Amino acid sequence: MIPATLSYRRASSVDEALGMLAEHGEDAKLLAGGHSLLPLMKLRLAAPEVVVDIGRIEELRYVRTEGDVVAIGAMTRHHDLHTDGVAGREVPLVAHVAGEVGDPQVRHRGTIGGSLAHGDPAADLPAAVLACDATLVARGPDGAREIPAAEFFAGLFTTALGPDEILTEIRVPRAADRGWGFEKFTRRRFDWSIVGVAVLGGSPTQPAVGLVNMGEAPIRATAVERALAAGATPAEAAEHAAEGTSPPDEPHASAGYRRHLATVLTARALERAAGGSPAGL
Amino acid sequence: MSMMGTRVVRTEDHKLITVGGSYVDDLREPDLDGAVHAMFVRSPVAHARVTAIDSREAARAPGVVAVLTAADLDLDPPGGDHAEPWLAGDAVRYVGQPVALVLTERRYQLADAAELVDVDYDPLPAVIDLDDALAGTTLLFPGTDSNVAKTHGKPFDESAFDGCEVVVTRRIVNQRVAPAPLEVRGAACAWGADGRLTMWLSTQNPQLARDAIAGGLGLDPTAMRLIAPDVGGGFGAKIGADPDPVVLGWAARHVGRPVRWSETRSENLTAMTHGRGQQQTITIGGSRDGTVRAFGLDVVQDGGAYPRLGTTLLPGMTTLMATGTYRIPRVEAYSRSVLTTTTPTAAYRGAGRPEATAAIERAMDLFATEIGMDPAEVRRRNLIGPDEFPYQTPTGATYDTGEYAAALDRVLAAADYDGLRAEQTRRRAAGDPVVLGLGLASYVEITAGDAGGESGRMTVEPDGSVTAWTGSSPHGQGHATSFAMVLADQLGIPMERITVRHGDTDEVAKAVGTFGSRSLQLGGSAMRQAGDEVIEKARQLAAEAVEASVDDIELNTDDGAWQVRGAPSGAISWAQLAARAGDGALSADVWYSDAKPTFPFGAHLAVVEVDTGTGKVVLRRLIAVDDAGPVVNPLAFEGQRHGGLAQGAAQALLEEMTYDADGNPTTGTLADYEFISATELPDFELLDMATPTTLNPLGVKGIGEAATIGSTPAVQNAVVDALSHLGVRHVDMPAGPQRVWQAISDANRRV
Amino acid sequence: MRVTIEVNGRRTEEEVEDRTLLVHHLRDTLGLTATNIGCDTTSCGACTVLVDGESVKSCTVLAAQADGAAVTTVEGLAEGETLHPVQQAFQDHHGLQCGFCTPGMIMAAVSLLEANPRPTREDVRTGLEGNLCRCTGYHNIVDAVVAASGQEVPR
Ligand SMILES: Cc1cc2nc3c(=O)[nH]c(=O)nc-3n(C[C@H](O)[C@H](O)[C@H](O)COP(=O)(O)OP(=O)(O)OC[C@H]3O[C@@H](n4cnc5c(N)ncnc54)[C@H](O)[C@@H]3O)c2cc1C
Ligand code: FES
Ligand code: FES
Repeated sequence: MIPATLSYRRASSVDEALGMLAEHGEDAKLLAGGHSLLPLMKLRLAAPEVVVDIGRIEELRYVRTEGDVVAIGAMTRHHDLHTDGVAGREVPLVAHVAGEVGDPQVRHRGTIGGSLAHGDPAADLPAAVLACDATLVARGPDGAREIPAAEFFAGLFTTALGPDEILTEIRVPRAADRGWGFEKFTRRRFDWSIVGVAVLGGSPTQPAVGLVNMGEAPIRATAVERALAAGATPAEAAEHAAEGTSPPDEPHASAGYRRHLATVLTARALERAAGGSPAGL
Repeated sequence: MSMMGTRVVRTEDHKLITVGGSYVDDLREPDLDGAVHAMFVRSPVAHARVTAIDSREAARAPGVVAVLTAADLDLDPPGGDHAEPWLAGDAVRYVGQPVALVLTERRYQLADAAELVDVDYDPLPAVIDLDDALAGTTLLFPGTDSNVAKTHGKPFDESAFDGCEVVVTRRIVNQRVAPAPLEVRGAACAWGADGRLTMWLSTQNPQLARDAIAGGLGLDPTAMRLIAPDVGGGFGAKIGADPDPVVLGWAARHVGRPVRWSETRSENLTAMTHGRGQQQTITIGGSRDGTVRAFGLDVVQDGGAYPRLGTTLLPGMTTLMATGTYRIPRVEAYSRSVLTTTTPTAAYRGAGRPEATAAIERAMDLFATEIGMDPAEVRRRNLIGPDEFPYQTPTGATYDTGEYAAALDRVLAAADYDGLRAEQTRRRAAGDPVVLGLGLASYVEITAGDAGGESGRMTVEPDGSVTAWTGSSPHGQGHATSFAMVLADQLGIPMERITVRHGDTDEVAKAVGTFGSRSLQLGGSAMRQAGDEVIEKARQLAAEAVEASVDDIELNTDDGAWQVRGAPSGAISWAQLAARAGDGALSADVWYSDAKPTFPFGAHLAVVEVDTGTGKVVLRRLIAVDDAGPVVNPLAFEGQRHGGLAQGAAQALLEEMTYDADGNPTTGTLADYEFISATELPDFELLDMATPTTLNPLGVKGIGEAATIGSTPAVQNAVVDALSHLGVRHVDMPAGPQRVWQAISDANRRV
Repeated sequence: MRVTIEVNGRRTEEEVEDRTLLVHHLRDTLGLTATNIGCDTTSCGACTVLVDGESVKSCTVLAAQADGAAVTTVEGLAEGETLHPVQQAFQDHHGLQCGFCTPGMIMAAVSLLEANPRPTREDVRTGLEGNLCRCTGYHNIVDAVVAASGQEVPR
């Protein structure tokens, strides 16, 4: 299938893109890597009249350390993030998860910005970004603002971004000395997660646990985090992984099965995070 | 030296790896210049009365040439009971059924216009569950009294199990799957000034397709030329022709322009026929010493909405092959094909036989577990012995040759079965959350079961090269290479000088084509017979040329030289003979009709690991003997086995076409349908074994489907075996993680 | 809009509808039909080509997005009569049957070897996870890619 008729605009800077959004208003949709948007458009589940291509904005493709954080440009592609030396060293959880998204071709096109902005509860990177307590930077007509990851994901395919805003940067606290674990459960290796669990362990805070596909939006497993803080062992804490979640109920993966998976995978991710870090959990 | 049995690189490949094949959608034939593009509007609902179709808005969309519905068609309806209409008239019976045809100037206008066709559907109850379908509360065809469209065998006689010490019975599912060749269906057609229709169609059988399409259009078959260009896989679902190309041929005449059509994958997954789809009740009885005395197979075949091969023929293959490789005196095999509001079922790699093998092989394991005997041992005790052939089964098949126990022993040895069992025990004892499972399957299947013939024609050109035509039109199997090898071996003419052509009904008017693993045994035998005839003609000519007695003339197959026995000097070449014979005289055109089914067999062993925490199954090893007699080209032979193993494992672990209760497909895109990929498969371990048949001149049996048939139950049995210590006795296919986890949870709850 | 793409080393400049997918641009506008379409959900990889040296699924890229880029399809791999090592290995190891997945599979393999010149068999399997093949069961494809990397293929 092919997308409905559209008009294509390419922006070469964020300012230009903001201008195009302002010009076309509701009719326009940003196009980053296109690997969530184009599949929807091909099936005619989305039909924007104008697409504003921001995927080639060079100023949004970078990974660099800035003090305590690693700043990732929103148009950084999964593959580039996965293989980036700085990311691999300083924010290994995020770099690793970028390499678990889809298949190589998808990773050559899809971007972290697109992945987060899409607000898909089944996407992997949101859970990692949540677990890392990252900060998301958006630019709109009124300038830039910072949004904590915990406040970014609002619901099914909805985020804190306004229609006139562009996600420009993801600021991830450096965590080279912290253990981490990521468990992605799929039937075929390249499938979307049935359930996924991202854990960032160690000091300075308690381990943080992000869940993939356990609700309408990417979420933190707060019950697990609370239990750990209260002194539970990782195995005990993992039992709480499904608390407060509302996972999708589908024929090949019921909500009940997903709840079960969440506990098993959380236990494994916690274990891995403990093993991977000299400081332990 | 003969090249038979050597690894010959395919002559087909060069084009495919450099400029790509010429699949239907790639064709740029001048005859298709100015073609309009076609897209079917398909039913989005499972079962409904069609009360109105409004195509006015669609007709006004950019580039629209025509929007055609059943009301426009002036063709006779298709023949046969409850046949699917060319385009839906007053009712639709499955999601994906064609309702209208949109024709546009350009490809990109199709979907825009198709969206605008407004069809009113007045919903009727969907019939999805097979028990509901049998109950017949909702009938698909008013005026009938049942949804059962066909039966095979005779109803079950419970007394067959009288006197058995042990009887185990179980209801199991052989699920519906999508054949999903990587090339979807496509066609292109153009009417000539002479009133003849030329159609390019992605089909396994150009001649059968021509006959069906010409029939539908009310044409004499000679008024039609059908060409199968390169075909991107078929697996049974491209046998002959579906109704769609009939509509295309008609539309091309209606609008007076060539037409091109290529469906989308999402259309393909619901509109191309599905395979398998059986609910089976298996009953096995015997004694505690491991002897099986009776087997029962009661099948409910899901026919889908309109009877196709899945309804009419394939369950008969299942009942025929019910007893597999075993000597079982009493057999009850019965099948009812029932219609449901789903995509019609037809052939898919194995077509009726995998269902039989899955049933008996599951039954053998259930029986073994019940009597506490190793599954390999139970099998060994019941296998038909090598001295019992030809073996007449109680269901009426006559197995030609077999070495069933030898095949089994080979896989057991190659796998280190005892070592694996020890490892399994060790892991269980250690409480390892990842458990090991070993699954066996011993199988026999029937190839060339259609007992039709096949055509073969060849001519030695004046330059000594050969052009040959086969009726066996391939779609990836590499016939051009294999058949050239057969002729090269026979004629002593180098392969490079032999061109094998196929797929054009103007070049080969009469043929059957490729399905049922029939190609080499029938098409190859036809080639051989044509070669024999040409050799005899050549011998006459050579005798005349050298003025010797025919009996003294021999062909040196090393270099293709004709000579007087023992006198290589003065030899005559094929080119000289062809020149002498005159234009095209050194030719033969045969119909190989001495076609009897053969029975390839084998044994497979699968090793799986099951993560008891999540239910995830990982296939670690797949070890196979697939004995189809002597091998012409091991490269192609192994390729067929690899592909079969993968598709078999895919059915066991991943693939299933599912519907919700309203009849909406829930796996109707390739994002949802779990088509197996490289990461879910291990390297395959192939063992060689070749037991010839006496039923054809090449001694060969079919290999196209064999490996699919063995691997499915081997993998499924491995999954169950992995969990047997927990009390799990059966897990339906596909053994996806949720289902496996459920089985583990249920077992734990029982404990 | 007007798109300029260097395809297999040749500069092309064409006027296309904005919504044109790269795969249709290659096949229908430029007549390069080796690249196939096997699905409508970005699942099969039959349409894989290289864009600026990296494998992408050309059914999920607008031609407009590739404006100014260099695209390589299987038609551009061989140097005259000399096959690319991956092409040669696919033939030698019978890594194809119907050939429909093959152009995309070969391009994915080329990209894989670019990133990982000496892959293990497991690496090859995961590296080709975005490409489906219905015919070969993948075994010989893995053989072919390992062989193309200059490593021994166990037999
Ligand atoms: C076959 C396949 C498999 C996949 N598997 C996975 C998987 O396993 N796990 C996973 O996580 N993902 C998966 N994906 C999705 C993939 O990661 C996408 O690349 C990603 O979700 C979206 O990124 P993109 O750059 O392609 O965004 P696009 O598709 O271009 O955009 C997505 C949405 O975000 C908006 N948007 C994009 N960028 C911005 C921005 N900077 N500011 C504001 N809004 C923006 C767009 O308007 C659009 O609505 C898969 C995709 C495919 C096609
Ligand atoms: S055509 Fe299937 S991924 Fe592009
Ligand atoms: S060779 Fe046929 S799909 Fe791969």
